[in-house]
Amino acid sequence: MNSMSFISESHTSRNEAISTALPGDFLALLKPRVMSLVIFTAFTGILIAPVAVHPVISSASLLAIAIGAGASGALNMWYDADIDALMRRTQDRPIPAGRMHRDDALAFGLVLAFFSILTLGIVTNWLAAGLLSFTIFFYIAVYTMWLKRTTPQNIVIGGAAGALPPVVGYAAMTGDVSLASLSLFAIIFFWTPPHFWALALVKADDYGRAGIPMLPNVKGPARTRRDILLYTLLLAPLGLLPYFMGVASLTYGVIASALGAFMLIFALRVYRHRSGPQASRCAMQLFGFSLLYLFVLFASLAGERLLVISGGQGI
Amino acid sequence: MMPESRREEGLTLTSEQKRARQQRNVAIGLAIGAFVLLFYVVTIVKLGPGVLNRPL
Repeated sequence: MNSMSFISESHTSRNEAISTALPGDFLALLKPRVMSLVIFTAFTGILIAPVAVHPVISSASLLAIAIGAGASGALNMWYDADIDALMRRTQDRPIPAGRMHRDDALAFGLVLAFFSILTLGIVTNWLAAGLLSFTIFFYIAVYTMWLKRTTPQNIVIGGAAGALPPVVGYAAMTGDVSLASLSLFAIIFFWTPPHFWALALVKADDYGRAGIPMLPNVKGPARTRRDILLYTLLLAPLGLLPYFMGVASLTYGVIASALGAFMLIFALRVYRHRSGPQASRCAMQLFGFSLLYLFVLFASLAGERLLVISGGQGI
Repeated sequence: MMPESRREEGLTLTSEQKRARQQRNVAIGLAIGAFVLLFYVVTIVKLGPGVLNRPL
């Protein structure tokens, strides 16, 4: 190789190293759909706090929690780029699609994590900031780097990260962790396995191709159907916790009971229909209904708290 | 002033790279602006008139 060809090749590789990623690609790193769920559950955590907080402070807290969740998404995509490229569901993400370098996603995630934690600490309190940093750490180090590729219980334990946002929101308002906020944590924690395992039943091939040990791939569909039913049996009564703790009204209690009953019916259908297109249909129906379940449950809790606040009874 | 030979060794961005970089720069600028505005508003809300009450 002469000196000219070295310079030329060096130029080419350096030139290729300059990103063509657009702002939209960085937004995609934040996992907007997951982020919207985090915003929604954290907002409910903020609303059930029994203190009056200026709307600017609660909005800034919610923004910091949302950005922290986005940072987790970016760091997850940085670490999981290799397996994302193998799954149909994830292969169009910015890194496996070749629109962004991994290092850019890492830097973006770390910067967002740092500033979201710092902002939440300064704007509210350091307990909330500590909980947010723990959430990001748990999602990346415990779930993404460790559990996801090693155990079929990955989403059960890792689900704690997704269940923490209402606790962070509540702590941001009160500087405390209460049983009320932990009840929301429990609902999301026990909701996570039926939700993801219903999808994993249908997408087992995709997960298998990437070597992710989801429950259907490791223990089989029969065991997965049984565990979905068991977790749903636990989830249905847990949905009533906010009512029994006095955080929510009887209206919420009735809605939570109905939602729990429907969730149980969908889980039973998954348990009964074990083969053919009907089995896949039932699993996807449970997956879809589980999203509706969480949305309506938290919306009714948030809605009645908003009514109380707008009625001038204080938060 | 950079000699002509050195300038030739420099990187030449493609139009796609230039466009992407420009869009990223605008997004970073907007994000920093929003961050500054957020801290300004939060400071006013948290301190209120007390923001002026400081030892000179």
